[in-house]
Amino acid sequence: MKSPGVATVYRWELTKLRYQKRTYLGLGAAAAVPILFVVAIHFRHDRRGGDFAFASYLTKSGLAVPLVLLLFGAVWLFPLITALVAGDIFASEDHNGTLKTVLTRSLERGQIFGGKALAAATYAVAAIMLSGTVAVVAGSIQSGFNSLQSLSGTIVSAPKGLELVYLGLLVYLIPIAAIVCIGLMLSTITRNSAAAVVGTLMISLLIQLIGILPGLSGTQPYLLSTQFNAWQGLLRTPTDWAPIIHAAWVCACYGLPSLATAYLVFLRRDVAGG
Amino acid sequence: MTDALASSQPPVEVRGLVKRYSDLIAVAGVDLTVEVGDVYGYLGPNGAGKTTSLRMMLGLIRPTAGTVALFGRDPQASVRALDGVAGFVEAPTFYPYLTGRRNLELLAAFDGHGAPTRIDQALETVELSDRASDRVGGYSHGMKQRLGIAAALLRDPKLMILDEPATGLDPGGMRDMRVLIRRLAEQGMTVVLSSHVLPEVEELCNRVAIVQHGRIVYEGRIADLKRSAGTTYRLSTTDDQRAMAVCRAQHGIRDLRSDHDKICFTADEEAVATLSQALVEAGALIRALVPGTATLEDLFFSLTEGEDGARPVSEPEPVEVSR
Repeated sequence: MKSPGVATVYRWELTKLRYQKRTYLGLGAAAAVPILFVVAIHFRHDRRGGDFAFASYLTKSGLAVPLVLLLFGAVWLFPLITALVAGDIFASEDHNGTLKTVLTRSLERGQIFGGKALAAATYAVAAIMLSGTVAVVAGSIQSGFNSLQSLSGTIVSAPKGLELVYLGLLVYLIPIAAIVCIGLMLSTITRNSAAAVVGTLMISLLIQLIGILPGLSGTQPYLLSTQFNAWQGLLRTPTDWAPIIHAAWVCACYGLPSLATAYLVFLRRDVAGG
Repeated sequence: MTDALASSQPPVEVRGLVKRYSDLIAVAGVDLTVEVGDVYGYLGPNGAGKTTSLRMMLGLIRPTAGTVALFGRDPQASVRALDGVAGFVEAPTFYPYLTGRRNLELLAAFDGHGAPTRIDQALETVELSDRASDRVGGYSHGMKQRLGIAAALLRDPKLMILDEPATGLDPGGMRDMRVLIRRLAEQGMTVVLSSHVLPEVEELCNRVAIVQHGRIVYEGRIADLKRSAGTTYRLSTTDDQRAMAVCRAQHGIRDLRSDHDKICFTADEEAVATLSQALVEAGALIRALVPGTATLEDLFFSLTEGEDGARPVSEPEPVEVSR
């Protein structure tokens, strides 16, 4: 029989997620927010739009809805949804005492860490993709599956626009991955689910705050919050890869040390209590 | 079975085990050896360091100093050291939102090596087959304890480490747990059992280690411990005051004290025979001389509530025994 490994842990972590309320709380929020957003657009009297990217297209093309959602979701929605699982995945096991149950089986700690980290990342991917898909569908029902104007002013056909929306969602996952890593780190260090979830969100909000403080605008390119806008490079003609590449290494600077810390803490820690 | 398990290494060998948390020393140099086939009681009052020691044995926490070897393998080095080893520390814990069976499926998947095929048998052994489809969140404490044993059985263990398996169980549950452990021992499994229920330990275990303030104050066979403690006698005479004086002057009479109009002491048979004669000669006629064997509970309290509980390992000093 095949020996258990990271894939075993990953599969069972996904199974456990299926049985937990917080999973549906997060995924429910990821699906509900775009629907509420579209309902708000439907009942809005002022049809001119706001002063943000794609605002004027919200009533012309459903494809603008996921893009606007990405703009506003970065503030707290997606970091919170991501933190719900990443911040909880180790801490809740600690709190419930189940960590000692799984650590006395036949898997090394590193394998358990790997499976859990992958599951937290998978959940974040699922939440973002679900939110984007619901936004596309709800937006298209409200405003039609129509062409879209890129940030460079060129018209993008609806199929090409759809492709760009999903590519944008993928790029959006880069800073989300960094948030996952921060959540995992706090989850292993604090051993407290609530503290880890709230802590992850607070770090995300604090980084945004730094960006708007007077005199600290120079830090903007290196803030995690700024990287949530990297996807906009895809909506330019020609495609601007620079912000995406920049986001990749900046997010790695946030994510990798956090992930390494989480890994080392988990590997070396005493499992007492619970 | 792995090569190491098949070797002649003892199931548990602990040497100089220390665990320090800042200024607190939880375990202060524990040495113990569990031999194949032992049902080994690990006893001590709350906070004595039992659970901390067991956690180190299972690789859950790192020792500050000392070594643990399970069948000759270091659980700190690799989880492979736990092959053939199973058990739980404190209460067994499960995912409350999963059913009993699902929990076992998860743990069996983490074990591999045929563990999934043992789920039904394990559930049957602990008599949980009919409740296996219920969520663990709805289980009673006793059912969770039994599920803990089932989870351990999935690993087809040669060594079972159980921390307070009867804690929180009602008398029926404690009896069932006792029967289960005895059955496992009869099947040749080595069992390390931490427990506060001393009559249970006395009934189940052949060897014990008694730990106090993080140190072992006795390790060895229960029978040896009892033998070394001698027999306690309760004496009633026609003149207890004079009898007390005779006892005091008599060689071989230990732990002499007065208890509820009776004179209590510890002595071997020869000393008692001499005492009887001396009492008659002194005019204190014997009304009753009742021997009593010390229980493990008596010995436990004398070892752990005595002068810092400090006694040399395997060489217990005579202890005061009361009945």
